[in-house]
Amino acid sequence: MTDAPMTDAATRAPVVDAEEARRAKSRKIEATARYTLPVLCMVLAIFAWDRIVAINEIPHYILPAPGLVWAYLVENWGNLTDAALLTGRITLMALLVAVIGGAGLAILFNQSRMVELSFYPYAVILQVTPVVAIAPLIFIYVESKTVGMLLCAWIVAFFPVLSSTTLGLNSVDRNLRDLFAIYRASRWQRLIHLQLPSALPYFLGGLRIAGGLSLIGAVVAELVAGTGGVGLGLAGRIQEAGYRLNIAGMFASLSLIAAMGVFIFAALSLLSHLLLRKWHESALKREG
Amino acid sequence: MNRERRELLHVSGVDKVFAGNVEALRGLDLTVRQEDFISLLGPSGCGKSTALRLIAGLSTPTSGKIEWRGDHGAGDIGVVFQEPTLMPWATVSQNVYLPFRLVGKSYNSVRDEVLEALKLVGLEKFQNAYPRELSGGMKMRVSIARAMVTRPRLILMDEPFAALDEITRFKLNNDLLELKAQIGCTVIFVTHSVFESVFLSDRIVVMAARPGRVTEELRVDEPYPRPESFRTSAAFADHARRASEALETAMEAA
Repeated sequence: MTDAPMTDAATRAPVVDAEEARRAKSRKIEATARYTLPVLCMVLAIFAWDRIVAINEIPHYILPAPGLVWAYLVENWGNLTDAALLTGRITLMALLVAVIGGAGLAILFNQSRMVELSFYPYAVILQVTPVVAIAPLIFIYVESKTVGMLLCAWIVAFFPVLSSTTLGLNSVDRNLRDLFAIYRASRWQRLIHLQLPSALPYFLGGLRIAGGLSLIGAVVAELVAGTGGVGLGLAGRIQEAGYRLNIAGMFASLSLIAAMGVFIFAALSLLSHLLLRKWHESALKREG
Repeated sequence: MNRERRELLHVSGVDKVFAGNVEALRGLDLTVRQEDFISLLGPSGCGKSTALRLIAGLSTPTSGKIEWRGDHGAGDIGVVFQEPTLMPWATVSQNVYLPFRLVGKSYNSVRDEVLEALKLVGLEKFQNAYPRELSGGMKMRVSIARAMVTRPRLILMDEPFAALDEITRFKLNNDLLELKAQIGCTVIFVTHSVFESVFLSDRIVVMAARPGRVTEELRVDEPYPRPESFRTSAAFADHARRASEALETAMEAA
């Protein structure tokens, strides 16, 4: 008789009612669709593109068939990766400077209200003035192309980091702030142990936006400045291919820039997830 | 119980007026002795939380004095708020370690105290958990552990169990008394529950609103430790009736 409960449990089928089964099924479908649908859309679009070009006999200097773009990509892979590395390097350096500058300014503003009152309006002005309009001036006064490009990319990218980090530093739980005051925490301790951790999710949100923006800044700077002297970036490649009516080359470089943007976004999302997964609501697994 | 306990804190004639001439507290007199368990009982707006903030040093009185007997430094006051108020990015043990961290002690040098505090609230197994993994009652226990880990001279509690369900609240009431028996802490406890104040405290300070002031002080001369059965005893009912009447009078006066 001792094994009776076991056999009982073993023979009883797990209870799954109709509603639960339906829900499980729709979850499964969604999980598959998340990847297959976008890929399917892309395949269809490329196929349509190819057919349109073939049926209408569009000349390649107006719209090349996708196969031509692919061939160009493969043929010029070496050159293109060099260009991508250059643009990528500028983008990453700009992002780094944007993070240091944006978060640093946010902390400075947070520590001194007077500094914030003095400089915040100018940060806004810098942000709302289109970088394309500022860039030509920058390259008049800045000798080094690299520094000029960095400056452009920084102007576009630092603001989301600044504003979201500022918001985060000010979003400390009121009771925790009181608790720190009761334990007579110094301003420094409050910053390190309370404000910075509270601001982390906000900062990471700003960082994701800044990643995309610094790529835009780098591309704009390249287009405005030309890249003579430091080699050719992806934007420069687009321009150059355009002059030669090499439309396939333009598409190839463009697709690499897009891929780079996606990669930056994905990498920053992953970073954000890794840093927050243990404690922040945004990183928790969604239930049913 | 009857031996004269040492005076810890003396509050005399404290008024607090907020901007716009809002009189939050008028003429508060209160003497706190060691191992007192004082409840501040009253309707909302009676200044009980204001009184707590003044004693915590988070705000200064408009007039009157708050005097501590003996040395008084960081870590001499522990606080429990209505919310658990834990740092979500830190583990349970890191949260409890916070008061020590802020006075510059390394975790290793106080690990025993932190673990002891967690053991007292029954959470030693959860030291590496993050707050979001805990239930509301467990979070509140962590908060209590943090408040007492430095063995403060005074623990201030601002309606700590008000947001919890009744079953959890009863359990935490019992545990709090057990804790008091073990470490002999002094507590000022803000509540608007008559039953909670009677069960927990030996002195109930009844307050009225507009302006916030003390209308009556009752004693609950029942020895600690108080068993669960005290809740259903005739003596409890008697104290509760007196406290209810005092509260009613206070509310009529307002």
